[in-house]
Amino acid sequence: MAHPDAPPFSVLWLQAGSCGGCTMSALAADDVGLVRALGRFGARLLWHPSLSEESGAAALTLLEDAAAGRRPVDALCVEGAVLTGPAGSGRFQMLSGSGRPMAYWVESIARQARYVLAVGSCAAYGGIAAAEGAATGAVGLQYLDGGAGGLLGGEFRSAGGLPVINVAGCAPHPGWLLETLAALALGEGESLALDSLGRPRAFADHLAHHGCGRNEFYEFKASAARPSDRGCLMENLGCKATQAPGDCNLRRWNAYGSCTDGGFTCIGCTMPGFQDPGAPFQQTPKLAGIPVGLPLDMPKAWFVALAALSKSATPPRVRVNAHADHVIVPPARKPPKQP
Amino acid sequence: MTAPPRLPAPTRLILGPFNRVEGDLEVTLDVSEGVVQAAQVTAPLFRGFETILAGRAPADALVVAPRVCGICSVSQSAAAAGALARLAGIEAPPNGRLAADLVLACENLADHVTHFALFFMPDFARAAYAGRPWHATVRERYAAGRGRSQQRLVAARARLLHLLGLLAGKWPHSLALQPGGTTRAVDGGERIRLMGILAEFRECLEEVLFAGPLDEVAALDSPAALARWADAAPDSRGDFRLFLAIARDLELDRLGRGPAAFLSHGGFGLWPAGTLMDGIGGPLDTAQMREDPAHSWMAGPPAHPADGTTVPDADKPGAYSWCKAPRLAGRPAEVGALARHAVAGDPLARGLVGNGGGSVRDRVVMRLVEAARLLIAMEGWVRRLTPGEPFCHDAPLPEDGAAAGLVEAARGALGHWLTVRRGVIHNYQIVAPTTWNFSPRDQDGQPGPLEQALAGTPVQPGEDTPLAVQHVVRSFDPCMACTVH
Repeated sequence: MAHPDAPPFSVLWLQAGSCGGCTMSALAADDVGLVRALGRFGARLLWHPSLSEESGAAALTLLEDAAAGRRPVDALCVEGAVLTGPAGSGRFQMLSGSGRPMAYWVESIARQARYVLAVGSCAAYGGIAAAEGAATGAVGLQYLDGGAGGLLGGEFRSAGGLPVINVAGCAPHPGWLLETLAALALGEGESLALDSLGRPRAFADHLAHHGCGRNEFYEFKASAARPSDRGCLMENLGCKATQAPGDCNLRRWNAYGSCTDGGFTCIGCTMPGFQDPGAPFQQTPKLAGIPVGLPLDMPKAWFVALAALSKSATPPRVRVNAHADHVIVPPARKPPKQP
Repeated sequence: MTAPPRLPAPTRLILGPFNRVEGDLEVTLDVSEGVVQAAQVTAPLFRGFETILAGRAPADALVVAPRVCGICSVSQSAAAAGALARLAGIEAPPNGRLAADLVLACENLADHVTHFALFFMPDFARAAYAGRPWHATVRERYAAGRGRSQQRLVAARARLLHLLGLLAGKWPHSLALQPGGTTRAVDGGERIRLMGILAEFRECLEEVLFAGPLDEVAALDSPAALARWADAAPDSRGDFRLFLAIARDLELDRLGRGPAAFLSHGGFGLWPAGTLMDGIGGPLDTAQMREDPAHSWMAGPPAHPADGTTVPDADKPGAYSWCKAPRLAGRPAEVGALARHAVAGDPLARGLVGNGGGSVRDRVVMRLVEAARLLIAMEGWVRRLTPGEPFCHDAPLPEDGAAAGLVEAARGALGHWLTVRRGVIHNYQIVAPTTWNFSPRDQDGQPGPLEQALAGTPVQPGEDTPLAVQHVVRSFDPCMACTVH
């Protein structure tokens, strides 16, 4: 794919205040893992904390060179929120062996790298690390929740001219990351389209709802009442798929799944602030019996009217199956033609 | 009067960034006369999940707790769901139990293989070992990012995780494990697909790791049987055998001896909970657990996890880690696959550790033997799934109460202690496997298991990041994300 003589596109990966889950997700990329999947597009890991041989002094030298611009970095991938506390010192995460906070390393290398990617919603927006109750001063690279700022500031542009590329998700689909890095490695950075919150439009132009396997239940508002029910998860169980950016149900996760196919609610993990929904994650807040979180671009009155209409038209098959964990009533079949 | 002979002042080495461990780790060594005299293990990252959990609806723990760790995500789910189930006083239906066990075992199995292929073996491919009889083979198979076996196992792992795509929607960070069971029922065809996924992974293990039947490895029942298995074919036949040859050559059975104290929460109904202290087995009394913050950047006295607090104190004198020090009846204890099997009375594990502690070799051996045993158990669980029968019961939660969820993660004992008041989480404390293994000193100055295991480790002249130290550290398969949370 990449020209055989082209120098490899170098990717440096840092784990800030993270759980490591974005790396774990990426490790299953295309069923061969991040390293091989990237290699197919001429991209190479310069260093990754979980995958590289270099440890200790050798790794530190590499990072110092990257921070000083002596070692070119095409893409800096940061996983995890940047912890700025306590009191702005960054001491909640020191990069081991360096005597300096991780915030220093992220910022120094981001100011040298051609492109900067926030891998996952923590690095993008603060995410779960910045949840209510956290006292670590966690911020995203260029945002805190939905507000521009973060570690690098709203005006930040990397050497390649782009703001931080927010490969959001908790954890993001490995394809979102791989396809973004591949496009950059192929020299298509200039045409990489981002939405208003820095997410690649390739996945963010869709909603998690699109292609959901429960669509028939959604159409008829035949709703699940408890975990493992096959019905639509939106009315009672807190599903945010009609609002959450992502092609989650247009592609498969780990070959066979997605959140809603796995039987549980979409928590909107690609959205800034998803970690504090203001209500329990698996309950739909309602006003006068009507869910408050309706699709964003649909007039509420119409939605309510259509829902009432479709509920009254629900076939018994759909109604029954919505409250079971397997098909109780199969679809009707045309009787075979008599000869 | 003659002055006492003066020992040379020890050299202090600070190791970091310590990579190919999960998360952030710094190790400080005092070295003299070519060996580590004392070690300090530092967990340098604090995120504060326990305070994030407080004040939320109890069921929100199912969303928040898995995100403690993207490596042990399902284990965290299982502990949270277990605590909530106990709070609700409910048990999952048989299908839900089997599916939950499959999901957790799949993560554990994937983790064991990830550890061997990505974290542990690449160190033997380093140039420093050039000249050893096995070096060229290891280099070809396990050089970081290039080794042939490494690539095979990483790909096989990705395909094993298809099981989690099917049963848990995705990995990591699923909501499929609920207090009343699991959210994803399977139909007849999907049950067969699960069998196919496991069969494919078995093929890979039997080809790459064991070069022979899985069942032979699972059945190994003594160090002598292990030696016979190793000697039955040339060293390069199967990467487990290759490892055993390296272990013999480098005397990894003498390296990294941990404390003669093991504990396990018990896993899958296969391996019972308990302790093994100085070679003597006993029951696990969780009431004897304390988390001791004497050398942690945490305020407060030692406390049982049910009463523990999380109050960071970055300027605390004498502290050197965000990790608290869990102790059982005052003793540090090692947890993990070796502990799980030694505690359960497994003759191979007991034979390896005798009355003492575990070594680098013992930990790696029992991880791979457990991988074989887990896969066989999983094959049985899939067969027992009954499509059409329920996977999940309702589990209404009380407004007040306290409960614990205790599981065995890949890396060992994981516990969640939960208190609920007026329908919200009042206190949530997590003690993870690497919290036990990589704990700092306690108020009595007792070093944690890794700190003990590092003492006496040889350091070669000129080494800034001693290789033997790296083997010892990685033999525990540390997960630093879990450790402090």
